[in-house]
Amino acid sequence: MIEGILIGLSTALTLQNIFMVMIGCFFGTIIGMLPGLGPMTAIALMIPITYGFDPATGLILMAGVYYGAVFGGSTSSILLNAPGVPGTVATSFDGYPMAQQGKAGKALAIAAWSSFAGGTFSAIYLLFLAPSLSKVSLSFRSPDYFALMILGLTAIAAFSSKGQFLKAMMMVVLGLMLASVGQDSLSDITRFTFDNMNLTDGISFVLVVMATFAMSEALTIILKRNDPTAAAKQVSLTELGSIKIDKEDRKKMYKTIPRSSVIGFLIGVLPGAGATIASFLAYGMERNLVNDDEKQKFGKGSVNGLSAPETANNAACSGSFVPMLTLGIPGSGTTAVMLGALLGFGVQPGPRLYMTNPEIFWSIIMSMYIGMVILLILNLPLIPYIARILAVPKNYLIPLILFFSITGIYVMSFNNFDIYLMIGIAVIATFLRLYDFPMPPLILAFVLGGLMEENLRRSLLLSNGSWEFLWDRTLTLCILLTTVFIVIWHIYKTFKKKN
Amino acid sequence: MNINTTKIISLLFFIFSAFYLYTAYQIQVFAFDENAPFNAKTFPIYLGYVGLFFSGLKLILPDPESIKVEHKTLEYKKTAILIIIAIIYGATILKIGYFLTTSFFLFGSYYFLGERRWILMFLLSFPFVAAFMYLLHGVLDIYLRDPFLKLIGVMG
Repeated sequence: MIEGILIGLSTALTLQNIFMVMIGCFFGTIIGMLPGLGPMTAIALMIPITYGFDPATGLILMAGVYYGAVFGGSTSSILLNAPGVPGTVATSFDGYPMAQQGKAGKALAIAAWSSFAGGTFSAIYLLFLAPSLSKVSLSFRSPDYFALMILGLTAIAAFSSKGQFLKAMMMVVLGLMLASVGQDSLSDITRFTFDNMNLTDGISFVLVVMATFAMSEALTIILKRNDPTAAAKQVSLTELGSIKIDKEDRKKMYKTIPRSSVIGFLIGVLPGAGATIASFLAYGMERNLVNDDEKQKFGKGSVNGLSAPETANNAACSGSFVPMLTLGIPGSGTTAVMLGALLGFGVQPGPRLYMTNPEIFWSIIMSMYIGMVILLILNLPLIPYIARILAVPKNYLIPLILFFSITGIYVMSFNNFDIYLMIGIAVIATFLRLYDFPMPPLILAFVLGGLMEENLRRSLLLSNGSWEFLWDRTLTLCILLTTVFIVIWHIYKTFKKKN
Repeated sequence: MNINTTKIISLLFFIFSAFYLYTAYQIQVFAFDENAPFNAKTFPIYLGYVGLFFSGLKLILPDPESIKVEHKTLEYKKTAILIIIAIIYGATILKIGYFLTTSFFLFGSYYFLGERRWILMFLLSFPFVAAFMYLLHGVLDIYLRDPFLKLIGVMG
């Protein structure tokens, strides 16, 4: 492990990679502060640029964008009660009241230090857990992987659907259907191409991500007459006050941070769960653990109430890397985008990643520490200035997002068919978004589609066409039973809600 | 059963899944693969059935929270114009080249979204695209085909 850490450090500490972390954190903070534009959009816009670098640098850049966006989201939560990303909703419960009491600077400092500590603790857990889990997952066989992918897709549908489980499952199926277009990986037989040569290689992952996130979010903003930059304009005008945290508050944070980082990390590791659930759980847990006096302050500017969700959402970000790095199965929509990008580099994440590409595996973990330091020393004092950059009118922001999306596709294929296809998918995605059909399950399914088919193929061929492989191994059976439980539970809840 | 747009979307998805399933059955596999436990059409066939299952369930089960969209408040005109500009952009980019089409796309989008600060609109289109092209082509070494710039001798 020491050798791995040194490899990671030597890769992460190159001038280019430090610069990439800085760019990623800065860009992520900017996007994260804009309500409606989340980390997935930010990462999607970055993908074409990352293809100009080696995989480690590309992934370091994307990871920087990810935790930068979560940090940026908490800024608008605290100052405006307008969370930039769902993972920072719980931050606004106590952050916003604190800002209203004239302690905006202190609230931002508590959030920044908690994010820093949560991310750092989580990176330490990742450091120790990831290699061990990789070793364990080497014993996984095709049926286990197949079952695990079904569980991951069901779980993300269950958690991201806001009570609309069936809608999310339909998006999962649509994602898998889109992934099945093009040549079959084994026989090279073309499927669903309708004799169109442009579809022979399948639909590009970047195209689907750009269409369903960047482009469709831009169209949704115009369609709904939203103005995400309005929030930034207000942030740039807000008087922050002192960013000092006094001794008493620091004492409270010392207790909150370790326990919230553990819960955040564990929730992040679970497939489908993520920063949002982690932050709410940490907030709830903290409220139960503090004394009665402190409990009264919750919702009115409590230090514990602000520190807990901020620690947990950053810890969950690092935790979500665990299934991606060790199993090759992303735990969230954001890590699904990263996995897709890695596959584009020709790197197969999974249990063997830390043996075949140790520089990628370890440099991501090491870059997290650097990223957290950069967020703390660079972004905290720069918040008002970043907000000023952001205060551009949406009349400029939307065309620029469309420009980056279309350019991203064009530079990859030099083909206008892809541009038309992207516009078509974006229009459908915009319409589906209006009716609350979630997009992260579609992306996760699209990324996992090929791997899922491959593992089902192996399982069925090994069992001579029999479906017994689903219950032959205890591990496979347990994973499948969990999946069945989630499906039945959510369908039951749909019935119960109506009645 | 209450008919709302979500149900109509589910119905469309049901029809789409049925079409997908039909097309999956039409996939031509090699003769020696026809009776294999797994071939190129196995996974799509299962997917088609799963699509029918979930969209069918959504159709027949009650909606817990009916989504109401206020169509009158939506900005259809500007959205449609942006989509049309993007389609025109796609149609012209190969013939005219990246620099001019992208610059005009940006300039046109700013204009149709209601922007009238001409100098800023110009700066955030032509020089901005030129700088971005330099970043992609000159720094990151990503090739960009541009017949116009080639014609005037700016690009090789």
